[in-house]
Amino acid sequence: MSAPVGRPDVTSLAVGDVIGTRTIPVDRARLVRYAGASGDFNPIHWNDGVASDVGLPGVIAHGMFTMGAAVTLVAEWAADPGAIVDYQTRFSRPVPVPARGETQIEVVGTVGSIDLDTQTVRIDLTVTHDGARVLGKSQVRVAL
Amino acid sequence: MTSVSVNLDFVGREYPANAPYSVGREKIREFAAATGSTHPAHHDVVTARGLGYPDVIAPATFAVIVAQRAEAQYIEDPSAGIDFSRVVHADERFTHLRPIAAGDELVTVLTVVSITQRSGLSMITTRCDINALGASVPDDDETAAPTSSDDAAGLELVSTVVSTLAVRGERL
Repeated sequence: MSAPVGRPDVTSLAVGDVIGTRTIPVDRARLVRYAGASGDFNPIHWNDGVASDVGLPGVIAHGMFTMGAAVTLVAEWAADPGAIVDYQTRFSRPVPVPARGETQIEVVGTVGSIDLDTQTVRIDLTVTHDGARVLGKSQVRVAL
Repeated sequence: MTSVSVNLDFVGREYPANAPYSVGREKIREFAAATGSTHPAHHDVVTARGLGYPDVIAPATFAVIVAQRAEAQYIEDPSAGIDFSRVVHADERFTHLRPIAAGDELVTVLTVVSITQRSGLSMITTRCDINALGASVPDDDETAAPTSSDDAAGLELVSTVVSTLAVRGERL
């Protein structure tokens, strides 16, 4: 099978290239929707009372929501979400989500390394909220 | 003083595969929509097949649904000593041998890899090995109970999910 249309050419990439950026809006409705879709009903993601009782600043986004939303940048760049063979991250800081209105998560994807033998690249995601990193060591391996 | 009550005896414990998880097309679409995964391979069967997949494929983090179901066997066991409201994710890694697709029947083996405690935090690392039942299993066997042994006919390792949870102590 030939490469899907729009698949990046591994030989034309260089370490440090920015593959794209994305702003992800997050509000409480988004968290409720993610809770339902994922089955993660931990009340710290929808109940202010429970969140503050356990010492959080308020309701926080599911780390797994942030991880899942951030990688969409790579899935679209690769022109095939199935090209993602490995994805890891560290949840370094919570994303508080206000009861009203929305907040934003910013994502920048950069080429971290290139392996021409296996035709794979590592994309490093910089994921921030309010200027501070919320995901650390966020790395996506893509088979191109 | 912080009291840490997570039970260290669970390290090394393996939970064999239990009921299979049936990956549904609409569930993939729902999860993709919730995470803003707009690529048509998650939504449109024709596009997915055009890319060489049997059906719509799951986003890279969809396996968390299956992994968290398996982890619940451990986390919800009262003798494990884990207060779920004090749990936050510390890190997560997905390794995919192939994308999960609609129609997959997934069985998961959970292993409690390690538990470390420091300064009022318990760090629990688990691994879920997610296997698809069956490509080579005949139709009349499709209701056969899964077994935990890897040599059972038609078990294909699809994804591995390694999670580390941080459980904060009773006092912050």
